Amino acid sequence: MTLAARMPAMAASPLSGLVAGRRRIGLVALAGLSIACLLLAVVAIGQGAIAISPGRVTAILWARLAGDATVFEGRDALVVLNIRLPRVLLGLLVGAGLAVSGALMQGLFRNPLADPGLVGVSAGAGLAAAATIVLGDRFLAGTLMKLPFAALPFGAFCGGLVSTLVLYLIATREGRTSVATMLLAGVALGALSGALTGLLAYLSDDRQLRDLTFWSLGSLGGASWSKLSAVAPIILPLLLAMPLLARGLNGLMLGEAEAYHLGIPVQRIKALAILLVALAVGASVASAGLIGFIGIVVPHLIRLSVGPDHRLLLPLSALGGAILLVAADIVARLIVAPAELPIGIVTAAIGAPFFLWLLLRRSVSIDV
Amino acid sequence: MLVSDASLDLEPGATTILIGPNGAGKSTLLKLLTGELAPAAGSVHCADEALGTVPAWRLACLRAVMAQHSRLAFPFSVYEVARLGVDGIGRALTRQRREAIVAEALAAAGVLDLAGRRYQTLSGGEQQRVQFARVLCQLEAGRSVAERQVLFLDEPIASLDLCHQLALLDMARSIAGRGVAVLIVLHDLNLAVTYADHLVVMDRGRIIAQGPPAETLDDALLQQVFRVGLSLSRAPAPGLPFLLPQQHRRAPSA
Repeated sequence: MTLAARMPAMAASPLSGLVAGRRRIGLVALAGLSIACLLLAVVAIGQGAIAISPGRVTAILWARLAGDATVFEGRDALVVLNIRLPRVLLGLLVGAGLAVSGALMQGLFRNPLADPGLVGVSAGAGLAAAATIVLGDRFLAGTLMKLPFAALPFGAFCGGLVSTLVLYLIATREGRTSVATMLLAGVALGALSGALTGLLAYLSDDRQLRDLTFWSLGSLGGASWSKLSAVAPIILPLLLAMPLLARGLNGLMLGEAEAYHLGIPVQRIKALAILLVALAVGASVASAGLIGFIGIVVPHLIRLSVGPDHRLLLPLSALGGAILLVAADIVARLIVAPAELPIGIVTAAIGAPFFLWLLLRRSVSIDV
Repeated sequence: MLVSDASLDLEPGATTILIGPNGAGKSTLLKLLTGELAPAAGSVHCADEALGTVPAWRLACLRAVMAQHSRLAFPFSVYEVARLGVDGIGRALTRQRREAIVAEALAAAGVLDLAGRRYQTLSGGEQQRVQFARVLCQLEAGRSVAERQVLFLDEPIASLDLCHQLALLDMARSIAGRGVAVLIVLHDLNLAVTYADHLVVMDRGRIIAQGPPAETLDDALLQQVFRVGLSLSRAPAPGLPFLLPQQHRRAPSA
């Protein structure tokens, strides 16, 4: 064989091995996390004051899916279908939404430390939700407050959107987003939102104060089918848009000018991502309170294990976030049973040490 | 930097090299030509289409751009960086074809053996060659859509050793040989005159001279533009000019 004839074969073989290897890792991770997610959901549905075995849970869910009406009569079935299932589904949805929001913010700001919680977006959503709780009674009485699960997510959504936009405008000059400005502005916005939330707490009566406190620590406790149906249409667009955004976010890793050169509609990707994140974070904060660190922990773990390609990172983050939040909910329910710990405490207790480890590790890793 | 009075034709098959001192407006001109900036007056056309009217993805088929610096935000592998060139515009191609394009481009840029490495662990020169491979991918992927293409290289050899400098410029010329219009911003005047079909000299936001390299440069122009004493000689064989800087601070009599 001549050298020229051998060259193309030699050229293609190392790459095809590499590509196939990457794809295999990705598929294994997707399949593994999907199965883990399903199993965990079944276990989570079984946990609580009335313990139900995973087999029984599966049987009830299967009967419900098959349209078997007799299943509704048992006590276990009522607990599973009316209390536990919406709670677990809300956990899956909120966890996935928060993790994907984190991954999107990190891609958009080209920084692994960006997170809706860290840069003040959650705090903005929280402020708006607190305002709905405290001021809503006075100013919205008789109108919107008859639909508490419409007013609260709507308020939180507006808060999230406004703080995201303000943050983005402050940190972006001439098309370039400054990471340092973004983090500092995020801290300032977070502090401002915190102060205003504090002011609202000062103005509130005892019942509102209690609502505010428990809500701000985060909980999946109030989950119901009506709450789920209010939240799902707001978070699901984010999850459905992942394939649309992945390619663009990959291109953005080179910088905005380079992404434009590659043919990516940069402004449209940015606007869509910001809107979807504000929606999802607003809905999450409104339905489950302030739950920290999922957006930063999960995408980082995925990047460490399968790499930063957003086409894998986004769906795997969704699965990882869902798993982490439902697992945290199990811990929150078991650790002080029969009472339950606010879930924000559990995720922060896992997330904060991890975040510190991330910072320590950065000193020896690559500068990003 | 403001650029004015800049009239420039990039011919298919020709290598145009843009020279000029720092701050002359070379990068700004490049941004205008690539569509990154819109001109306040005048227009940029590519194959009879005004740039402002061409959608981003089609523009990406018409021209590929290699920027001066590309810092990567996350630890992508070399393969993934090069693949970005075909990901956006090569969707109509089969997966096998896309992989083959990436493999060919990596091999052409001499970085195929680095394909599995993390981009950030590479040296500056290796990173520049990976970016070149990405641009080659984009040109190849866009070729099925656009007949006339333009390649922009902004100081593509700044971090390369001599061997790789010549290899990259040779490759750029061979791409021009396929009918692509190539525009390169260079600082090395001798390489510029060696590789250019058409030389463009910029200073203070204006194009002050352009034409074939052998006829475009003279002592007075170089002195005026680069503010350095340069002695221009002719190389014996091809008759191209070559330039030696005179010692900058030494008195002429010494």
